Amino acid sequence: MDAIKTVELTKKYKGLTAVDALDLTVRRGELLSLLGVNGAGKTTTIKMLTGLTRPSSGDAFLNGKSILTDSAAVKNMIAVSPQETAVAPNLTVQENLELMAGVHGFSKAEARDKAAELSGRFGLEEVANKRAGKLSGGWQRRLSIAMALISGPQILFLDEPTLGLDVLARSDLWDMIRALKGSMTVILTTHYMEEAEALSDRVAILKSGQLLLTGTPAEIKDRAGTDKFDEAFVRIVKEATQ
Amino acid sequence: MRVFAFSKRNDLEVLRDPLNLFFGLGFPIVLLLLLTVIQRNIPVALFEIEHLAPGIAVFGLSFMTLFSATLIAKDRGSSFLQRLYTTPLTAGDFILGYLLPVLPICIVQSVICYGAAVLLGLKVTVHIVTSVLFTLPVALLFVSLGLLCGSIFTDKQVGGICGALLTNLTAWLSGIWFDLGLVGGAFQKIANLLPFVHAVEMERAALRGETEAVFPHIWWVMGYAAAVTAIAVCAFLRQMKRQ
Repeated sequence: MDAIKTVELTKKYKGLTAVDALDLTVRRGELLSLLGVNGAGKTTTIKMLTGLTRPSSGDAFLNGKSILTDSAAVKNMIAVSPQETAVAPNLTVQENLELMAGVHGFSKAEARDKAAELSGRFGLEEVANKRAGKLSGGWQRRLSIAMALISGPQILFLDEPTLGLDVLARSDLWDMIRALKGSMTVILTTHYMEEAEALSDRVAILKSGQLLLTGTPAEIKDRAGTDKFDEAFVRIVKEATQ
Repeated sequence: MRVFAFSKRNDLEVLRDPLNLFFGLGFPIVLLLLLTVIQRNIPVALFEIEHLAPGIAVFGLSFMTLFSATLIAKDRGSSFLQRLYTTPLTAGDFILGYLLPVLPICIVQSVICYGAAVLLGLKVTVHIVTSVLFTLPVALLFVSLGLLCGSIFTDKQVGGICGALLTNLTAWLSGIWFDLGLVGGAFQKIANLLPFVHAVEMERAALRGETEAVFPHIWWVMGYAAAVTAIAVCAFLRQMKRQ
């Protein structure tokens, strides 16, 4: 069964079509990267799939549940790690994790256990009692992803997870994201081509709200006739412009 | 459970900000102390402790608008609220989660204010308890104003509007610092159309133990509280939809 299936998913803003009749399928357990230049429709697509924005037309089904008619069920199966670091700055790392468990309906004891488990998995124990606002960017991003995972989502949306991080912090996060593969479906948006190539099972390239193509990084390089992924991306997007 | 988890977070965010603690709890006490000292040197009936304490209790609550609005506006400005919008929290959970946690802080603030007034000479009576309870509708009014401003303005705008404008409006139009009758005219008429002077008069009556004198002021306060809460809920839902 597909984890995500969009059917002519469209979003229009006052005459501007941000996402244009998107038909996209993501398999269960797959890590799919959404690539595109600014304004391609990546963020709008994620906003629609996560219930933040209502489509103008079309629909999307997450594990068979419609984002239009079954949004409560959809919200119970997804988690989002937004582009900006979305943590509560005056709460400690431990409290941030417990908060996310709490808003997903876990009891206090369950929230504590879940927080301990995620702290261990993401190496957050050493900063567990530090306020999130005082952490470095890398630690905050790590916490942000741990917060997304605390509810045990079936589908995880990672919006630019390594934006602005140094090489080491990015490498650490890549390892963490790789470790998630197979256990849940992951949708990743990124501007870093090497990130998409290193992490993705498949890549979907968007331009002006339209899906240009989907395929594995190797298939995309073959299609563009180059062995460099970033070059392949540029060629495909430029071809579509002409 | 969900709404409690969110409320607890909001409580901690407010209480862990040292500026909030100073303005919310420390500043009213400093004012009380200062004006009591002035009153001892230059006796003014308005600044007698049984007259002053209810006014300061109401004035102190005006800071809750600032705290509440700042929290909401900052959440809106960051991705934090967007992240929470993708969780099973409902619109009602968000509204209650922002309104409820500030109310107990208001009560604690009033208790501290009247406690300080007792140390400065206020006679201990059961009416102090009644006065603290009567701060609840006033607290709801100010906290709802916080929800409203936080839903409309950015955190920077909130600083100016709630931190400067609202606290000044509360101070000038409430009869705490001077008798409104001395100014009279349009100024007094406008003040009487707003809830601040009624909140102070209601508190003063409650502290004197004159239950009947609480009316009609309490209707003004409750009416404004209900109206502002309704408008704030609409404004919050509107911005939620926009996000």
